[in-house]
Amino acid sequence: MANTAPAHTAHADGADGETRRDFLLNTTVAAGAVGGALMVWPLIHSMNPAADTLSMSTTEVNTSGIAEGMGITFLWRGKPVFARHRTKAEIEEARKVPMGELKDPQKDEARVQKGHEELLVLVGVCTHLGCVPLGQKVTEPRGEFGGYFCPCHGSMYDTSGRIRKGPAPTNLEVPPYTFLSDTTVRVG
Amino acid sequence: MSTEKSTARKIFEWHEQRLPIVSFIDHAVGSQYPAPRNLNYFWNFGSLAGFMLVTMILTGVFLAMNYTPHESMAFDSVERIMRDVNYGWLIRYMHFNGASFFFIAVYIHIFRGLYYGSYKAPREVLWWIGILILLAMMATAFLGYVLPWGQMSFSGATVITNLFSAIPVVGNTIVTLLWGGFAVANPTLNRFFSLHYLLPFVIVGLVFLHIWALHIPGSNNPLGIELTAKDKIPFHPYYTVKDAFGVGVFLLFYFGIVFYAPNLLGDVTNYMKANPLTTPPNVVPEWYFLPYYAILRSIPNKLLGVIAMFGSLLILFVVPWLDTSRIRSAVFRPVYKAFFWVFVVDCLVLGYCGSQHPEGLPLILSRVGTAWYFLHFLILMPVIGWLETPKPLPASISEPVLNPAE
Ligand code: HEM
Ligand code: FES
Repeated sequence: MANTAPAHTAHADGADGETRRDFLLNTTVAAGAVGGALMVWPLIHSMNPAADTLSMSTTEVNTSGIAEGMGITFLWRGKPVFARHRTKAEIEEARKVPMGELKDPQKDEARVQKGHEELLVLVGVCTHLGCVPLGQKVTEPRGEFGGYFCPCHGSMYDTSGRIRKGPAPTNLEVPPYTFLSDTTVRVG
Repeated sequence: MSTEKSTARKIFEWHEQRLPIVSFIDHAVGSQYPAPRNLNYFWNFGSLAGFMLVTMILTGVFLAMNYTPHESMAFDSVERIMRDVNYGWLIRYMHFNGASFFFIAVYIHIFRGLYYGSYKAPREVLWWIGILILLAMMATAFLGYVLPWGQMSFSGATVITNLFSAIPVVGNTIVTLLWGGFAVANPTLNRFFSLHYLLPFVIVGLVFLHIWALHIPGSNNPLGIELTAKDKIPFHPYYTVKDAFGVGVFLLFYFGIVFYAPNLLGDVTNYMKANPLTTPPNVVPEWYFLPYYAILRSIPNKLLGVIAMFGSLLILFVVPWLDTSRIRSAVFRPVYKAFFWVFVVDCLVLGYCGSQHPEGLPLILSRVGTAWYFLHFLILMPVIGWLETPKPLPASISEPVLNPAE
């Protein structure tokens, strides 16, 4: 009898015939797999924004030169930002829209700063697939709602930068910004 | 006759015993691979695609010697290749138009497979690897198109990477990871160059698996029937010669474009340097992506549009099971054959729509076209397979020739 049993089963220490050898094999494979998987993270994370990219985080602009009805575009963290000096009519139009008509309901009051209601500051990146919408210049098409028109797939935004029509799911983003003086804005 | 072997022969055999590389190639695409005797010219496009892959890698390696992957230098380095580097214009135009001709070859190759039922048992895995090659090619071509850092490169990169932002919850994190920043910028260009260099070699590996999977059952043929040894001829010299002839004809078209209309297939907007402050009025991808782009834009919801676009490619993986007919070749399937051509037209219509502004007639056409695209695979393929009465199959390739029925 003793002769016929394979050598290592004689040392069986698991209840269902598991041996020390199986245990060693499994733990070695598991440790190797976990170690390998842990190494993947540094590789993936190296693709995320690097420290210098993260540090380019603020941009200051002078808004005194923007005439009513006009806008300026500048770069913040590599993205275009729109600053638009809205007309009375545009502000009024943005404020009288019933919330129920909006795809991404948000009051105009919540998208501008108190005392500076005329200045609309937006990240000029369509929330659909990232094109730069038209409408900063009076000569550009502004869509059916008088704000912005994205030429890529036809999204239309109103005079508060809210999505009104087309495939874009959300309103144009309002970046964090502060007024350093009445005419200087710091974005970021 | 002397039985004495020549010295060259002895050296050859000595080497083959240690590394049988010549026998390996001979079995893969040489005299030891028995191929059906009735292959028509549609069977040329596989080797043409392989030829284009080699062309792309060769021209690409030489372009890379003069290309600079930096946001402020990339555009000018490509212009320098065009103007100052000896034969730089030729190498770049071969690479640029080569991508188009690579896709022409592969698309014809795929439609060939759909027509002759080459995806059916026992060739499902072969078909899958083919689709993986298509996906890897699309990724490579997209990454390459970003490298010259023109206006359309930039917009294309922005739109395509933003597709991933449609993924709920983690979408934006993934997009930031792809960009390496908060917008498409220098870090994006750098990694795209790295991957653009890598992926073609992944494709080489996939092509190897593709040929391997091909050799298990052997080539399908225009009649789609199982063949006996009598119906086969050695690949070399019969098909090596035929394929070489095909390459010659293909080169006439390829170099016709390279020499006489090198920018016909491109977009002039890409000869303007990338400017992140503006988007060109009509953002369109290269022609080989237009049908998918039309599908994306036909659906007025971001997430659903992206799902439909990727779905239009992924659905190809299950085609072997969506087609319920056991007959392979459309030659014997009158109903399927008719709908196959409708499907080809549908793809062309979608391609046209993809190049137009998504409004008015093109928008309506792209909605109908998208619906038809999925209808073809999901409804028509299974239903035609169940209901159609196929024509009688010949017993062998030679039978209809030797005993014509009517
Ligand atoms: C599957 C094979 C390949 C495809 C489909 C492909 C496709 C493309 C495309 C569409 C472009 C843009 C052309 C333009 O607008 O100028 C491009 C550019 C480029 N490719 Fe490739 N490529 C392939 C293989 C390679 C390889 C293997 C390398 C390098 C080893 C390479 C290096 C480059 C370089 C340096 C550029 C930028 C120069 C330029 O824009 O002309 N490519 N590629
Ligand atoms: S990117 Fe603006 S509508 Fe698609």
